[in-house]
Amino acid sequence: MTRVGVITFPGTLDDVDAARAVRLAGRDGAAEAVPLWHADADLRGVDAVVVPGGFSYGDYLRAGAIARFAPVMGEVVRAARRGMPVLGICNGFQILCESGLLPGALVRNAGLHFVCRDQWLRVENNATAWTSRYERGAEILVPLKNMEGRYVADAATLDELEGEGRVVFRYVVDEPEPGQALKRHLGVDSPNGALNHIAGITDPTGRIVGLMPHPEHAIDALTGPSDDGLGMFLSVLDALVAA
Amino acid sequence: MARVVVDVMPKQEILDPQGQAVANALPRLGFDGVTSVRQGKHFELEVDDSVDDATLAKIAETFLANPVIEDWVVRRVDA
Repeated sequence: MTRVGVITFPGTLDDVDAARAVRLAGRDGAAEAVPLWHADADLRGVDAVVVPGGFSYGDYLRAGAIARFAPVMGEVVRAARRGMPVLGICNGFQILCESGLLPGALVRNAGLHFVCRDQWLRVENNATAWTSRYERGAEILVPLKNMEGRYVADAATLDELEGEGRVVFRYVVDEPEPGQALKRHLGVDSPNGALNHIAGITDPTGRIVGLMPHPEHAIDALTGPSDDGLGMFLSVLDALVAA
Repeated sequence: MARVVVDVMPKQEILDPQGQAVANALPRLGFDGVTSVRQGKHFELEVDDSVDDATLAKIAETFLANPVIEDWVVRRVDA
């Protein structure tokens, strides 16, 4: 059986939904969700880790800045560098960036509002451990809910991400009229002003993925706007079985 | 014992919507002539004599600031 760890920090909100997504993806008993505690430097033998969303340590200092130093994160960084698949969702993405597992940073939404809405994303890279179940170019609908969701990185990092196809998800945004280009980065069309409309990225190996929107909230029609998010959890089970 | 101040500011190239919001509010409050505001963080640390400048720099760079998006300055001040 494939074991997928789900970390709980003080202030984590979405660990329960992430664990449910793992169980639903492995509904024939193929996968087990293993709870991991922030204070334990122990991954309990899991095959992959989900760093879920919420407000770890109250988001004090910066979102993810304190969680990065939690004992469990030292183990996650070590395992990730050995090739273990890791998914960071929302606060989890912020933590992976603060940890240095993914480049760039997430800063305050350009519009200064907490954004909470169902958001269309385009799958730009289906070669990662977490996105193989999608068609490249597919558009999926998942909830987005955050205050610090604007992805930024320096120009060299952005060039590297784009050049290597490491942008995994992009917000689907209406193209502005000619002359309105500025609006795209001022939160008018974009949910948060993220550079290049980046919603999620991967590391060079395709095994570490982070995204701001919440696939674990879109796994069945009863509780989400779609079941489009389930593909991420099915994908990693495929990757682990194939390994 | 010494007092140490660490100032952390968003890098110039990073959009600072909070600073812009403050700048935009000033004319509405009757304060004219402020052309730009940038908002950052100010930390005051009380440290004992065993904490050297290299350690303070490490604290600022690895924890108080995120160098991807922020610049930082450490200075010792008279208590």
